[in-house]
Amino acid sequence: GIPVRTTLDNSTTVQYAGLLRELTRKARSAVRDIDPQNDLTFLRIRSKKHEILVAPDKDYLLIVIQNP
Amino acid sequence: MSENPTSGKTSVKSPKTSAKKQKGEKKAKKSPKGIQTQLGEKDEVDLSMASIGHPEIFPLIFTTKTQEIFNCRIGEDVTEKNCFKLIKKEDIIQDLKTAAISDFHPVKKVVLEYPGEELLVVFDAKFQYGQNFYLVASEEAKENILKPPETAEEKEEEKEENREEALEVQPYKPPVQKPWVSLGSEREVEEESVKETAPKIKYMVSRVQRRFGAPLTLTDRNASHVGDSYVECTPYQDKTFIIKVLENDVGVQIVPKVREASTQTKWTYPKNAATQYFPRQLSSEEKEESLSSKKLKDFLTSVHLRMEIALQQNEIMNPFFDDWKALAEDESSSDGKPDVYLKAYQSFTDLHYLKNKTISCVCWHPTIHGIIAVSAREQLSYEEQVNLSDKSLLQQPVIVFWSFSDPVHPQLMLECPQDIYCFQFRPSDPNIIAGGCVNGQVVLWDISEHEEMLQNAKTVADGIQVTAVNMANASVLNVLSCLMKPIKYIQQLLLNVILKVILEVYEQKEKPSLMQVQQSSREPPLVRHCAISSIQYSHKKPVTDIHWQPDCSEDHQMDATLENKAEICMQLVTCSPDGSILFWDIPATKLPQPPSSGKTKVKESLYMPPDVPDTSKHLDFCWKPLIKINLCESDINREYSPTRISLRELHYRYKTSEKMQPLNILQLLAKGSPYTEMNISSSKNLKVLESISTDFFIGTEDGEIVYSDWKVEMDSDSAKPKHTQEYIIHTGTINTLQRSPFFKDTILSIGGRNFAIWKEGIMNGPILQSSCSTGRNTAGHWSLTRPGVFFIGRDDGNIDIWDLMKKTYEPCHIQNISKSAISFISPWIGSPMQHFLAVSDDLGVLHVLEICQTLIYPLIHELANVLDYFEREARYLKYREEEFLEHQESQPKTELKRSRKHRERKQYVILGIEKNKTFFIPLEYDCSTENRRREEMKQQGSADYIVFFDLEKQIQVDLGLVKGQGILSSSDV
Repeated sequence: GIPVRTTLDNSTTVQYAGLLRELTRKARSAVRDIDPQNDLTFLRIRSKKHEILVAPDKDYLLIVIQNP
Repeated sequence: MSENPTSGKTSVKSPKTSAKKQKGEKKAKKSPKGIQTQLGEKDEVDLSMASIGHPEIFPLIFTTKTQEIFNCRIGEDVTEKNCFKLIKKEDIIQDLKTAAISDFHPVKKVVLEYPGEELLVVFDAKFQYGQNFYLVASEEAKENILKPPETAEEKEEEKEENREEALEVQPYKPPVQKPWVSLGSEREVEEESVKETAPKIKYMVSRVQRRFGAPLTLTDRNASHVGDSYVECTPYQDKTFIIKVLENDVGVQIVPKVREASTQTKWTYPKNAATQYFPRQLSSEEKEESLSSKKLKDFLTSVHLRMEIALQQNEIMNPFFDDWKALAEDESSSDGKPDVYLKAYQSFTDLHYLKNKTISCVCWHPTIHGIIAVSAREQLSYEEQVNLSDKSLLQQPVIVFWSFSDPVHPQLMLECPQDIYCFQFRPSDPNIIAGGCVNGQVVLWDISEHEEMLQNAKTVADGIQVTAVNMANASVLNVLSCLMKPIKYIQQLLLNVILKVILEVYEQKEKPSLMQVQQSSREPPLVRHCAISSIQYSHKKPVTDIHWQPDCSEDHQMDATLENKAEICMQLVTCSPDGSILFWDIPATKLPQPPSSGKTKVKESLYMPPDVPDTSKHLDFCWKPLIKINLCESDINREYSPTRISLRELHYRYKTSEKMQPLNILQLLAKGSPYTEMNISSSKNLKVLESISTDFFIGTEDGEIVYSDWKVEMDSDSAKPKHTQEYIIHTGTINTLQRSPFFKDTILSIGGRNFAIWKEGIMNGPILQSSCSTGRNTAGHWSLTRPGVFFIGRDDGNIDIWDLMKKTYEPCHIQNISKSAISFISPWIGSPMQHFLAVSDDLGVLHVLEICQTLIYPLIHELANVLDYFEREARYLKYREEEFLEHQESQPKTELKRSRKHRERKQYVILGIEKNKTFFIPLEYDCSTENRRREEMKQQGSADYIVFFDLEKQIQVDLGLVKGQGILSSSDV
């Protein structure tokens, strides 16, 4: 993904955007494979350090990284 | 079968005639029975038993005479069992010739043709072949008959054996051709074969001759006129002749198809390749465009709610909560209480040095495992002590080093000039130990030479003998290590090395005698102090507490360009009941640093022959404190007599070299450097000192806790007076005043019959105060690992373990350790699993206890919970204070004033002690102006100043700026 707007530094943003786009794509295809009429609406990744919240849509992703 | 009478005669006749002929022939053959000789062969054939299947056997009738001749009388020579009789061929021939009618006559020809010498005659008792004897006509059969009974049996036996063997091994036997034996199959074949059974029928057809050759008369007939004029034979299927094919033999053979093929893969030549990529990014216009696009807005509106819900959920519930961990904690806490909280691990005592003494201080070696140092003092009151101190009758006081590995022999002794009341390892360099003496002096030891020995103490049980060698080695190593120092210091080194070598030589001469003494008495090495403060400038009473302040040795290295590498911040803080607190700089020479000019001096002092009695010549006696703070109460003219002091850690001030400057000045002051230098640097120090927190707590002999500030300016005419707050809570001498290792602003004070916990900044009183216990509390220490736990030693030898997480009104556990009072407690983390608590008592015994697991590992959120508890208590105190103030305001003002007048005033003095009697100068002002002012003030006298100060105070009180309880005035002395 290409970041449109960010509050993080550039390199981190690019990394997050690229990786999470891929992940979201995979997750969406998994959901759709299971039930073609279903769709992914939200993605939460809980890690030791933060929680990453991803709200996907057709053209955009909204990524929130939450610190504890 | 209809028989034609004419033809039937002829056909039947012929068989009849043939049958008659055969019969006639047979009769002709059989009828002349008597004339056997004529018939010859044909008779013999009939005589033999060929019809039964034995053509070689010829039944005979032996008359009794014949039997006699051939010795085969029935019942005598031959019996049923022994039925065989061999008769010689010649005898038979003889008999045939002599006798008229020999019994052998019928078989004469057989006998004559017989190939062998003897003929077998068998007695046929059962008339098997019709006569009483029979002759065997062939050698082969003779053998068979003679042997069969045996061979058959044998064969059977063999067969059985074979069978048994066959079970085991079946060796291959080539098949042997055998004669065909009929088993009835030929009958089946017979039945199968087709034979004519019915007699053939013969027909004879004849015609009268005249009818042959008659003329033919042919006429036409209409086929349709007469019914049977023609017969039609239509074909039809005869069902009886339909055969269904039920079985069909078909043979199929599969032939595999074989094909040959080959491929060739191409080998590509490996090449190095590199690609560079960069993330795609939108240009600012594109960004602008997409940010303002409707799509994005739609997206945000649609996504906004979901994200908000997720964040809200996180807000409500902690997503980072580790359920698993929490589970484990619950289990461990539900284990139940251990029986013993403190388990005895080891105890140390020394009959020689520690007998009848009380242990004044216990310190773990900060770095070496299992080394603990103990100082002892006489069990005397202060007065007695003072009186006795002049006389050196007492046992040589020492600090004893014990090791876990050897509970009997001390590892090291530090020789003390006087009884030591307290001592501490230097945190940055554990080889330096500072101690406070009963007479107020401060002593320094350097045990770097013995460090190796202490480390090896574990392995070497009888390390004492080794140490002597080590000592000699260490000294040599010292020289070597000096040689190894960077080239930078070569110039200094040259001088030092020479000096050192000289010293070493001197040492080597000295040492043997010492070593001999040590070895003979099995004494551990005795280390002499390397520095001692001058009596004149030391405390006047026993040094009761000593603290190392974190120093900045790292920074020193960075500051190598400075003229003096050994500039050290205030290193030591001591306090004594004489009402003074001293800040000491350790002599630069003590530092185990690259040799400085001062080091040699120390060496000299170090290796001063120990026997020299004139201590006044000792170089160390010129060691003086940097700063002296006198605590006195101006009104009553009474001094506080601090026994314990607790300062905030100071390290954060020394981080940069710039901040080092004030300390430099102190150093320079102490060294008596020219004023000019001081002035230059002092101007820079203004800021630095501002940021320093100079507040401290003291606990006094009378049980007061005093919170004060030692940063007192000489220019106090302009500045606010310092508050000194005093609380009387404890009923006896404060013996412990300690900051929590977890909360730097939380202090535990123990004295008399109770203890209290204080929070810096909350000056209304202690945040926790215990009720009075039955006995005196004599020692205490925070737990190093649990924020809410501390240990308190009692005069009845018990240890109270307090756990604020469990109970705040009584100790959670009480354990008896000793018969006498506990004198000191010191915990130590031996390993993550093993924590120790060193407890000493008045009898001179040091108990090392192992702390149980529950007191080692903090509970979850214990830190936060304890902090919360302390803060809650603090809030409560504030609230109470406000209530109190409101209450006070309602009272008449006069009363308030009176009460305030009664409040004590504290005088607060700071002193710079210098050789040339210059005074310590507050650093916030330029030194020249400062000096001028000070001289003016001197002229005015302190009285004027106090008057002025009181006036100022009065004004402030009237303005309500100051509560009037702590009034400070600072003046020169």
